[in-house]
Amino acid sequence: MWRNLESARYFVATITVVISLAAWVERTCAETAVDFDRQRITITLANEPPNLNSMETMDQTSGFVLAHVMEGLLQYDARGELAAGVAERWELRADGATFWLRRNARWSDGKPVTAHDFVFAWRRIVTPATASHYAGILFPIKNAQRISRGELPPTAMGVHATDDFRLDVEFERPCPYFLGLTAYFIYDPVREDFFNSRGPRYAAEAGDMIYNGAFTISRWVHGARMTLQKNPHYWNRAQVHLQQIDIPYFAIDPVSAYNLFKNENIALTILETEGLDDALARGYPMTRHRTGAMFYFEFNQRAGRATANRALRKAIQALLDPESMASRVVGVPGLLATESMFPHYLRGVQRTFREEYPPPVPVRSVPAARAWLAQAQIEMGAPLPTLILLTREDPRAAREAEYLQQLLQKGLGLQLRIERQNTKQRYAKMARGEFDIVLTGWGPDYDDPMTFGDVFASWNENNRGQYRNPAYDRWVEIANATADQAQRMHAFAQMQQLLIDDAPILPTYENSKVYVQHPRLQGVAHSVFGVDPDLRYARVLPERSLQNATR
Amino acid sequence: MIRYLLRRFVSSLVTIWFIATATFFAMHLVPGDPLSNEKAVAPEIRRNLELRYGLDKPVLQQYGIFIGNMLRGDFGISYTQQNRRVNDIIREHFPVSASLGVLALVIATFGSILFGAVSARYRDRWPDISIMLAVIIGISVPGFVIAALAQWAILALNLQLGFTLLPVAGWGSFAHMLVPALVLGLGTMAYMTRLMRSSMLDVAHADYLRTARAKGLKPARIFFRHHLRNALLPVVTVLGPAVAAITTGGFVVELIFAIPGLGRYFVQAVQQLDYTVIMGTTVFYGAFLVLMVLVVDVLYGVLDPRVSVARTGGR
Amino acid sequence: MATAEIFTAASVLPADLLQPAPSRTVLEGSVRRSRSYWEQVRVRLARNPRAVFALVIIAVLVLGALIGPLLWRVDPAGQAIGAISRGPMLAQSAQIIVDQAPWRVVVESTAAEPLPIVNAPSLNAPAKNNRELAAPQHLQVVEANTQRVRLRWSPVAGAVRYHIYRHTRVPRDRTDLGLPIGETLLLNQVSYQDGLMLRDRPYWYSVVATLDASESAQESREYATVAAQPTRAIGWLEAQLQGLVPVDADPESWRDKTVVLSGNPLGTDYLGRDLLARVLHGARTSLFIGISAPFLFVAFGVFYGATAGFLGGRVDSVMMRFADFVVALPMLLFMILLRIAFGIGPGESGVLPMVIALVVMSWPASARLVRGQVLQLREEGFVAAARLAGGGNLYIIVRHMLPNVLGVVLVSLTFAIPHAIFTEAFLSFIGMGVTPPTPSWGSMSSDGLRNLFEHPSELFWPALCISLTVFAFNMLGDALRDALDVNEDLAADAGNVP
Repeated sequence: MWRNLESARYFVATITVVISLAAWVERTCAETAVDFDRQRITITLANEPPNLNSMETMDQTSGFVLAHVMEGLLQYDARGELAAGVAERWELRADGATFWLRRNARWSDGKPVTAHDFVFAWRRIVTPATASHYAGILFPIKNAQRISRGELPPTAMGVHATDDFRLDVEFERPCPYFLGLTAYFIYDPVREDFFNSRGPRYAAEAGDMIYNGAFTISRWVHGARMTLQKNPHYWNRAQVHLQQIDIPYFAIDPVSAYNLFKNENIALTILETEGLDDALARGYPMTRHRTGAMFYFEFNQRAGRATANRALRKAIQALLDPESMASRVVGVPGLLATESMFPHYLRGVQRTFREEYPPPVPVRSVPAARAWLAQAQIEMGAPLPTLILLTREDPRAAREAEYLQQLLQKGLGLQLRIERQNTKQRYAKMARGEFDIVLTGWGPDYDDPMTFGDVFASWNENNRGQYRNPAYDRWVEIANATADQAQRMHAFAQMQQLLIDDAPILPTYENSKVYVQHPRLQGVAHSVFGVDPDLRYARVLPERSLQNATR
Repeated sequence: MIRYLLRRFVSSLVTIWFIATATFFAMHLVPGDPLSNEKAVAPEIRRNLELRYGLDKPVLQQYGIFIGNMLRGDFGISYTQQNRRVNDIIREHFPVSASLGVLALVIATFGSILFGAVSARYRDRWPDISIMLAVIIGISVPGFVIAALAQWAILALNLQLGFTLLPVAGWGSFAHMLVPALVLGLGTMAYMTRLMRSSMLDVAHADYLRTARAKGLKPARIFFRHHLRNALLPVVTVLGPAVAAITTGGFVVELIFAIPGLGRYFVQAVQQLDYTVIMGTTVFYGAFLVLMVLVVDVLYGVLDPRVSVARTGGR
Repeated sequence: MATAEIFTAASVLPADLLQPAPSRTVLEGSVRRSRSYWEQVRVRLARNPRAVFALVIIAVLVLGALIGPLLWRVDPAGQAIGAISRGPMLAQSAQIIVDQAPWRVVVESTAAEPLPIVNAPSLNAPAKNNRELAAPQHLQVVEANTQRVRLRWSPVAGAVRYHIYRHTRVPRDRTDLGLPIGETLLLNQVSYQDGLMLRDRPYWYSVVATLDASESAQESREYATVAAQPTRAIGWLEAQLQGLVPVDADPESWRDKTVVLSGNPLGTDYLGRDLLARVLHGARTSLFIGISAPFLFVAFGVFYGATAGFLGGRVDSVMMRFADFVVALPMLLFMILLRIAFGIGPGESGVLPMVIALVVMSWPASARLVRGQVLQLREEGFVAAARLAGGGNLYIIVRHMLPNVLGVVLVSLTFAIPHAIFTEAFLSFIGMGVTPPTPSWGSMSSDGLRNLFEHPSELFWPALCISLTVFAFNMLGDALRDALDVNEDLAADAGNVP
């Protein structure tokens, strides 16, 4: 008897809970991917921006947000091309540059952006006490490096505000790519009076920052939510259509991010290999873009390492097919298998560098590889030791490492041990040379082949394998010394040839990423050197939701 | 009792000091440091960074500085979020983990009591069998698989319904917490349900139940006042370990459901070797754990008169 | 109190009654009783169907780990990048593709126009040329096999690059061309070779022309589509690596020949490795970690706990305080540290560091348990009686303490195994598992999890194995606890009294 009574009670209680929950749900799940009427989109970031202080930050997420809320002298436009930003015109010389600032560029409190704001930020970046990671990017400016060493006061820096709207820059050495640098977030202006009013808390919260870009941060709940609002004081506001970019999630797991997209909570996200088939079956619109980064295996050439032997490196080169790596092992659409360290997007004299100087393709076959190995064994005498492959911990790196491991074992009988290390431990081991082969990559710092070419100069700190070839160094010096593009491209072609002949690295692919994007979101810009994706010029189209696009 | 509490308090402090010291030196033994980066920086920049963060000093001196600051309750500034204090990070993100954990615990406790009781009541009939099957799944499937499947299930449900009944991920409302908390508490709930069921079956034979029935009490009263209440005791004893497991074990759920909890920050900090955040969160969690153990020990004494904490010296 | 009474009683008894009993009878009695206790346990276990079921599962899993790899002799590390993430499949034949030279069709430019990459910043950059480009004509499939699909078409006037899309069904309209698989890289290049994860199923390729080579290049509205049905094939290098073709063979003699690819009863993983072989070898890793680590840490815990409990006093409190310290340490950080400390650097399989780390971090629980038991047993009547009967420390430990502690230890061991298996899985999930190519269930599940939508079998099999193991050991633990629990028996007996 009591059983019926109790069951009834349970039943009533359950119903009440469900109804009250439904009420909650109704109120809280209003996040939609795109909203035409309010020109609002919702997106996700992998993590919250660690540091929005443009003078000190160094990571991609912060760079993404900064590109939307700040603007430098130049910027990347809706087509992903370098264009006028705060500066409305400029003059680039061998010994320096002059920028004339537009008078209608304003901070989010309505005050004008002046040349002093740039001078303040740039001086502060190279001040030793600031200890900015990316200070090196300002070293083309006169005296910057010496200030950073503490040898000169910050005021000695080669940057001056001739008046409120004219900025003069002196170079340490010719810098043909300087204009591109000024679009980089570390060159953004910072207003001195505002910065001083916040002190160490500058940029820690939404209210502790002042903006001069297309958007402002209107709300920032750490770890949980960030809202960007269109900046009413932005000089180019007519070109900005979105009123609001909402970031209510920081989903580090790509599968979670894709699930949010499928649920129409976010307007775009990056797909890895996983999810491609699903997105295809559901008919989601996908776009493919280069990230600009090159991926390669680098050999350690320090004394005592087996990989210091060229024949051994050539043996591995004769076996590792970049095409298989790009299209099957990694399997992300748009990866460009490559033999060269220089990516396809770099400009040559008339066309792209790679069209003008196609890299040679090494002979690839098991007998060829074994012939090289036999030679290596004769040269080294002792039996070959087990090689150590240092690699990242993400799934893609695991695939690549395991593929190489099996390839060397089956093809050459070489044993390879995979050492997966966390970021910082891996950097430390790379710097100390504790590896035989390391799976690594390089992204460009500026738009010139030199950003890839000088990595393997013997003096470069980033030459982790310590490849040393006087001929290579000479070509780097030649390319550095001249402004004649034909001569420079020839020098880069020689570097490309040497990198393939000596095989200090085995390039595998030029990276790309695939976005799924809401069909009603239009005008998302992409570029290798600017921010990617760039939502400043995006807009939401009316009607047609994702569901309609799906069959 | 007061002397006992005082002694426990002092020994807790020693434990926390030990955790802090062990973690500090362990952390510094790990190769690399928070300043190393994918791209090498110029030596002068590296030197400036070391000076700014005090990493140029010998490790022992850094330890001294750390202990000094810790005594003042200051864990310094994060290396990755250079304008946020570690104290702020803990203050802002621990409540997230804690509220998720509390909800998970509430769901686990009440769920297990309900299911355990139902299961015992209908022993070997379909409610029992289906609950026990669910328990088996809850106990034997790894948490990250359950979390991923739960998210997938929410998504499938929403797509089927045509509207968002439950959010797929994120944070900010009760609805956001519901499924993550359920997933987080599932293992504990399964374990406690089993415990509750066997405890109910054990108590079913007790003399006082026979007495109660003989007295002619109403079945409902017997069930709630005598049967259920007495069966609860063994379940209560596992609450202590469950609190610790749920509060500190939420990392996977936080990751998959994009929840800004402290667990996620801790794992990120370990991966980024963010010294100050590692130390802050470790000491904080250590202190929390020690406090929980203390509270549970004292509570035992209060709940069960047979246990005297002061006499047994806290087990 | 009780002992004191006995002593007073003893003091009034005549001395001749206090002679030690003949040792033989004492021994016989204790041996018989102890044997009967364990016999009883065995009988009770055998009578419990769930215990038998659990034992059968465990036996199958352990046998699978030991014998499975001997029966299914497939290399768990053997990759087949032509057969990535496949479902169950029988042996199949495949054509050998011998030539691997890059393939490109470039037409002679009619007018040598420079590449319009506009990247020189200028105030008035020319507005983007919004000319509409035509669809490529004569789009045709030159070759189609799972190694590569080759397309070519006639040039479109004004086009600088072409973007290529691939769909698994006929595209509905311009917005539904499918996967953006690539682009041409040269001016006047009118061909594309696709090798992206090809399968022997129909594809629809679409080509659109673009006006420039930039990242935001505008595509033409017009497009051309062609269908392709790749046939099964394998590349020359791949065939050699898999041992299907001798290394020194002359490629010409193998042109257009076919070879037989091995089958995969459970399918393959993300590198084309046989899932069955990996699950079987993974069983070795996971069960080894899952069983050996608990054995070691429970053993150490028993030793530590028994010592502390037996010695008691200050030593006990210091030892237990240390155990408390270890419990409070952050597992994750110390796992990383231990991995480095125990030489996972140039690591072997990473199994040993994980076992050591598990032992180092997990022993305090069983130490505490055993200490509690020992403390309790010290006060038991039969220990006092044994002591009174002239039993030494060793005798008491071996005869009385251990058999009594053993039950609890066995139960906690059985429950520690699922815990260890979960820990292995969790560590794999956060990327700190065993080193590749060693398979383990944990690492396989966490890899499979990412492929949940497309290839659920990559998650299903390892996750099923983990669940079965955990389930079986849990059930066995329950049954053991029931079987070892004498009190329950007494209670049941008492319950039977009318």
